[in-house]
Amino acid sequence: MDLSLSDKHRALQDEVRTFVREHGHKSPKLGGGRKRPDQKTRDWQRLLVDHGYVGRTIPRAYGGAGAEPDVLEAAVIASEFAAAGIYAGMTNQGISMLVPTLLEVGTEQQKKQWVEKTIRGDVIWCQGYSEPGAGSDLASLTTRGVLQDGHWVINGQKIWTSSAHYADMMFLLCRTEPDKSKHEGISYLLLSMQTPGIEVRPLRTMTGRAEFNEVFFTDVRVPEHQIVLGRGKGWHVANVTLKHERSMIGNAEKMTTRLEQLIALLKANGLLGVAEYRDRLLKLQGEVIAWKAHNLRLLTEAAQGVDSGVKRMIVKYGGTMLGFRLASLAIDALGTAGLPFESAGEDAEDDDATTWNIDYLYDVGLMIGGGSNNIQKNIIAERGLDLPREPKVARV
Amino acid sequence: MEFALSQEQVLFSDSLRGLLTERVTIDALRHHAETGSGFDEGLWDSLVELGLPGLLVPERFGGAGLGIVDAAVAAEVIGGTAAFAPFAGSVVMATLAFVHAATEALQSEWLPRIAAGEVRFGVGISRNGGQVHAAIDAGTATHLLVYLPDGNAAVVPATQASVHMHRSIDRTRPVTDLTIDPAQAIILDAANAPQAAMQRVLDAGRVVLAADTLGAAQHMFDSALAFVKQREQFGRIIGSFQAMKHQFADMVTMLEPCRGMVWYAAYAQDALPDEARVTALQTKAHLGDVGREIARMATEAHGGMGFTDLLGLHYWFKRIMFNRQMLGGPEHCREEAARVQGWV
Repeated sequence: MDLSLSDKHRALQDEVRTFVREHGHKSPKLGGGRKRPDQKTRDWQRLLVDHGYVGRTIPRAYGGAGAEPDVLEAAVIASEFAAAGIYAGMTNQGISMLVPTLLEVGTEQQKKQWVEKTIRGDVIWCQGYSEPGAGSDLASLTTRGVLQDGHWVINGQKIWTSSAHYADMMFLLCRTEPDKSKHEGISYLLLSMQTPGIEVRPLRTMTGRAEFNEVFFTDVRVPEHQIVLGRGKGWHVANVTLKHERSMIGNAEKMTTRLEQLIALLKANGLLGVAEYRDRLLKLQGEVIAWKAHNLRLLTEAAQGVDSGVKRMIVKYGGTMLGFRLASLAIDALGTAGLPFESAGEDAEDDDATTWNIDYLYDVGLMIGGGSNNIQKNIIAERGLDLPREPKVARV
Repeated sequence: MEFALSQEQVLFSDSLRGLLTERVTIDALRHHAETGSGFDEGLWDSLVELGLPGLLVPERFGGAGLGIVDAAVAAEVIGGTAAFAPFAGSVVMATLAFVHAATEALQSEWLPRIAAGEVRFGVGISRNGGQVHAAIDAGTATHLLVYLPDGNAAVVPATQASVHMHRSIDRTRPVTDLTIDPAQAIILDAANAPQAAMQRVLDAGRVVLAADTLGAAQHMFDSALAFVKQREQFGRIIGSFQAMKHQFADMVTMLEPCRGMVWYAAYAQDALPDEARVTALQTKAHLGDVGREIARMATEAHGGMGFTDLLGLHYWFKRIMFNRQMLGGPEHCREEAARVQGWV
């Protein structure tokens, strides 16, 4: 057990610190993601790509820095950016889900065409997965894709599509093989959001903002070759992608930052002197210490190429619940001062109370999105602990 | 950076587990619980052969010279088997008390005897200069080490103290009240900052008790998981019911991060002085709370059998109860963590 950095990682740490000192002032504000990245954010993104802090392990041929995969390098970079309060780059679904997926299963032409533009923030993607009738049971999706004259003709509806209102492209799951089984009938397509026949309707959530959309498809024509891995392979491709999403949501840096903000809030409000608030804060601090240590274990196992199994599967469930409890204490510490809610729309800069309120509400969404916590618990028990699957029952 | 057990640590843990699994059977546990002083001569001799008492004793005094992470690894195994062997007080705290606060002369007199298993210490804290409530490992200790209000430790042979042993809720470990006369004791007063030296010893004890709870809770969890995979009701393996699955998902989500937490706190005691105090206190508190939840849920998952004496799961349940209160319960530890951070 040794938490000190190797010479190589210490050198990287120094390099990142120098970068942060020289360029940190150009960083956009943390947060965001609800609207299309502005010029400042895109400039910053390019700077990060050019320095190899984003797309570090992506081959040079596709616009990355071509570094050997090294999770500890990634951790050093992430923690230096977090410590400096500097934006560590866009975290949209194109970068965190589509790019790793294409790198794993895409054609050479698809990688060449999309990876570089995506990591540089020039192309923004949205994910066309969930449907009104296919949420947790995603594989029962019914949006149809029929091959006609060299085009997939798409009809159907998607829901919970974040950033569809400003995205350039979508990666889409649709049913192209209706005569095959549920899982084998799905294909994974890439399509432009400018294609005629797509209608995007913003979906306002309980935060008061339109974080998601409904997307309707009426005879939308997608060139035949814009399929990933081939007909009926969509479920396999989606699982490559979902793996990346689930590991993305539980984030130790974010927990630490949130705890620090919470400590500052209680200090400022004089509530550290009130035993009930103090003990709640202390309990949360204990949990954050536990999850940070857990994260170090996962990091070490990833570096060793070990599959962490159930240890990885608990992260999304545990992390979103802890995030909500952290925000809950902040809401309670604010008291009536937290009730005025002046969210002035998508573009407004939020005050602290509004930010805590949004976090508190949005965390509920995080417990549901990307595999709801009830589904996560099934996964933990069945895949992680090897408990038998629920028997199928005939319809009643 | 590598946050994992070393190969040596895994091997050591395996051989300790092998020994204890063989010796601390449920029958042996039951037998010991009827008469228990927390000590079994035969088992102790085997542990001495394995080098357990000298784990933290520096090599120049005949020990293995290992660190708190190694002690935590051992404690997890000891808790997992509910072994009736003095460890947190006798092996960990007493050794460290000598290491941090004894003169070279006293160290060379006592540490080799600790490493050889010739002496076993009960450890207590006295708020008034001699009386101790709930000393650790004092059941059949040969010697007692009592922290005095000034942070120095007083060492006396057990025969020189008045010792009251109570059978505790954990039948395998008694709780002991004692009175010593510091005027007749050897005083370990070589630390530059006695209070800080004492806190280091208490914190090491807290981490080790937390590791013991981790092992005990893991044992209960494993036992419950194995049970629901074979028990059938309503024509189904009960582990296929979603209500059961979700309870197990909750348990593993609570329990698994505790292992990293225990390792981290143990590592911090030796390597991260700025974080040592808060992580020890928080880990003791958190494992107390998680241990209680796992103990309840794992017992419940066994149904009526879990509640019986026949199955014996209650030995681990009560071990977790016992550990929770020793060296400060969760509320006490958290409040101290608040003081350490200047929050109160």
